[in-house]
Amino acid sequence: MKIELRSNKDFWAGIMLIATGAASIFIARGYPFGSTMRMGPGYFPSVLGAILLLFGIYVMITGLRRGEKIAVRCSLRALIVLPLSLVAFGVLMTHAGFIPALVVLIFGSASAGRDVKFVEVLLLTVILTGLSVAVFIWGLGLPYPLIKGI
Amino acid sequence: MDLFNHLIFGFSVALSLQNLLYCLIGVLVGTLIGVLPGIGPVATIAMLLPLTFNVPPVAAMIMLAGIYYGAMYGGSTTSILVNLPGETASVVTCIDGYQMARQGRAGAALAIAAIGSFFAGTVCTLLIALFAPPLAEFALKFSSAEYFSLMLMGLVAAAVLAHGDMVKSLAMVVVGLLLGIVGADVNSGMKRFAFGIYELADGIGVATIAVGVFAVGEILSNLSDPEERQVFTSKVTNLFPTKEDLKQSFGAIVRGTGVGAFFGVLPGTTPAIASFSSYMVEKKLAKDPSRFGHGAIEGVAGPESANNADAQCKFIPMLTLGIPASGTMALMLGALMIFGIAPGPQVMTEKPDLFWGLIASMWIGNVMLLVLNLPLIGMWVSLLKLPYRLLFPAIMAFSAIGIYSTNNSSFDVYLMAIFGILGIVWRMLDCSPVPMMLGFVLGPMVEENLRRALQVSRGDPSVFVTRPFSLAFIVATVLILIVMAAPAVRKWWGTAEASSR
Repeated sequence: MKIELRSNKDFWAGIMLIATGAASIFIARGYPFGSTMRMGPGYFPSVLGAILLLFGIYVMITGLRRGEKIAVRCSLRALIVLPLSLVAFGVLMTHAGFIPALVVLIFGSASAGRDVKFVEVLLLTVILTGLSVAVFIWGLGLPYPLIKGI
Repeated sequence: MDLFNHLIFGFSVALSLQNLLYCLIGVLVGTLIGVLPGIGPVATIAMLLPLTFNVPPVAAMIMLAGIYYGAMYGGSTTSILVNLPGETASVVTCIDGYQMARQGRAGAALAIAAIGSFFAGTVCTLLIALFAPPLAEFALKFSSAEYFSLMLMGLVAAAVLAHGDMVKSLAMVVVGLLLGIVGADVNSGMKRFAFGIYELADGIGVATIAVGVFAVGEILSNLSDPEERQVFTSKVTNLFPTKEDLKQSFGAIVRGTGVGAFFGVLPGTTPAIASFSSYMVEKKLAKDPSRFGHGAIEGVAGPESANNADAQCKFIPMLTLGIPASGTMALMLGALMIFGIAPGPQVMTEKPDLFWGLIASMWIGNVMLLVLNLPLIGMWVSLLKLPYRLLFPAIMAFSAIGIYSTNNSSFDVYLMAIFGILGIVWRMLDCSPVPMMLGFVLGPMVEENLRRALQVSRGDPSVFVTRPFSLAFIVATVLILIVMAAPAVRKWWGTAEASSR
C-alpha cells in the first residue's frame, strides 16, 4: 500500500515534533548539564527534547498507520503577504515613522484577502491610519514620530 | 464574617471611578468581540495587553477579565439573533435560541440568556469568594515538590481534556515549556536558546506569542478558508420574558450554573464543553425532549448559564494556585507576571486589593452587561454586517502597534510574524496551540520548582511520591491519563467536543 506522505497530517506533525526535540537537545549540549541534584542550564531542555523526540516518533508512526490528510488549507498568498507586511512595518517604524509603517502594513494585509477592491482598500488604509494616529499617538501618547525627518 | 468583610473591601476597590471605567471598557470590548466571529477573547486580550502596561495592575486585570466574560454574553446575542455563534461557547445556544427568534421570541431568549448569565456570574463570584481563601491558604504550605506535581497535573489535565489528539496536545505542552526556556536562566544567568540575539535575552513576551499564534495565525487560517457570512436579522420585540418562561428556565439556570462551575475548575475544558453538557442535561431531564431544537427556552437558559459559570470559575485555580486552566487564563497569568506579581497563593495575602477587587469587579461587570446589553443589541447586530475583509487589517494594525510598543522593538514584530506562521502550521497539523500557551507560561516555574525540589532531596526523585500531597497530585495525573486514554471515554469526549463545535 502506497501512502501519500505529502499531505499526511500526523506524519508531518511527528516530523515537526522530532525536529523541535532534536534541535533542543542539540542546542542544549552547549550548556552545562549538571546532575539531577544540581541541574545545570542544559538539564531541563535536554530532558524536554528527549520527551518531545519520543512523542514525535509516536505521532509520526500513527500518521503512517492512519494516513489522515491535512484538512485545514492555507492560502499561499496570505502566508507570504501578511508576515511580509509585518516585517515591513517593523523596518519602517525604525526608519520612516509611524504613518508610512502603518500605511504599508494595512494596505499590505488588506490586499492579502480575496476579491480585493483597490478603492476600498485605499479608503480603509486612510481611515485606519487616521484612527490609529488619533488613538495611539494623540490619545495614548505613544512617543513615535509620525514621519521621520519632518 | 470574613467573607463579607473581604467582599466589601473588594467592592470598595472595584467601585472606584477608574476601576469602574476600565470594567466598562472591558465588558464593552468583550461583547464586541463576542459578537464578531473570527476574533476571540485570547487574541483580543493579547492585543490589548501591551496597552495596559501604563495602567495600574488592578484596573488592567479588571479590564482584561471583563473582556473575557463579556465575550460570553456577546456570543449568545448573535447565536440567538442570526444563528451565528460569535464564540464556540455559544454554539449550542444557536439550536434553540435561533428557533425562538424565528418564532418571534428573540427578546425572551436574549433576556433569559442575560438573566441566566447574570445568575451564574453572581453564584460564581460567591463561590470564588468562598473557596479561594481556604484553597490559597492550603496551597501556601506547598513546597517545591508539591508545586511541581500540581503544575504537572494542571498541564497534563489541560492537554488531555482539550479537544484533539491527546499525544499531540501533550507534545505541544512540551513545545511550550521549551519556548518558555528562551532567555536567561535564573540560576546560572546563562542565556539559553537566544542565538546571540540581544532581544531574546529576556525571553519571548507572552503577548508576542499569543498575538502571533492567536491573532495573526487565526487571520491566516480565516483568509485561507473564506466563508460567506449572511445576516438575517429578526426583529427584537418585547424584551421581557413571560412568567411562564421564567418558571421554565429557573431550574435550567440553576443546573447550568452547577454544570458550568464544575467544568470551570477542571483545567483544559472549554466553556463549549460546559454549555454542551448543560444542554444534554436539560434535554435528558425535560418531560418532553422533542421540544428541544424547536425553541425550548431551557436550551438557551442552561447552556448560557453554564458557559458564563465556567468562564468565571476558571479564575479559581488561576488566582489561588497560579495554574491557568485555559488559554485566556494563561494570558491573565502572563499579565500578572508582567505587572511584577508572582502568581500563586500569596497573591491573595500580598495583593488583597487586586484579588478581591477583581472578584468584586466581575459581579459589577455582570450587572453592567445585564443593563447595557439589551438596549445595545441593535448596535451589536449592525456591527455584524461589517465584512471580515475590513476587520482583519484593523486587527493586524492594532496587534502590530501593541506589540511594537511593548519594548519599542521591531524585533518583537518580526517574532510575531514568525509565530503567526507557526500558528497556521500548527493548525494545519492539528496541533492545538492552547496547550503550548499553558506550557509556555508555566515553563520557568516548572523548571524552577523541579530544580529546587531535587536539590532539597539531594537528587532523589522519590521526593515527588513520598510527600502526601505531591503523591496525590501524581496519582491524579496518572488517573486522568488512564481514564482519558480509555477508548470509550475518548470516544464520548470526542463526540461531546465535535457536537459542540
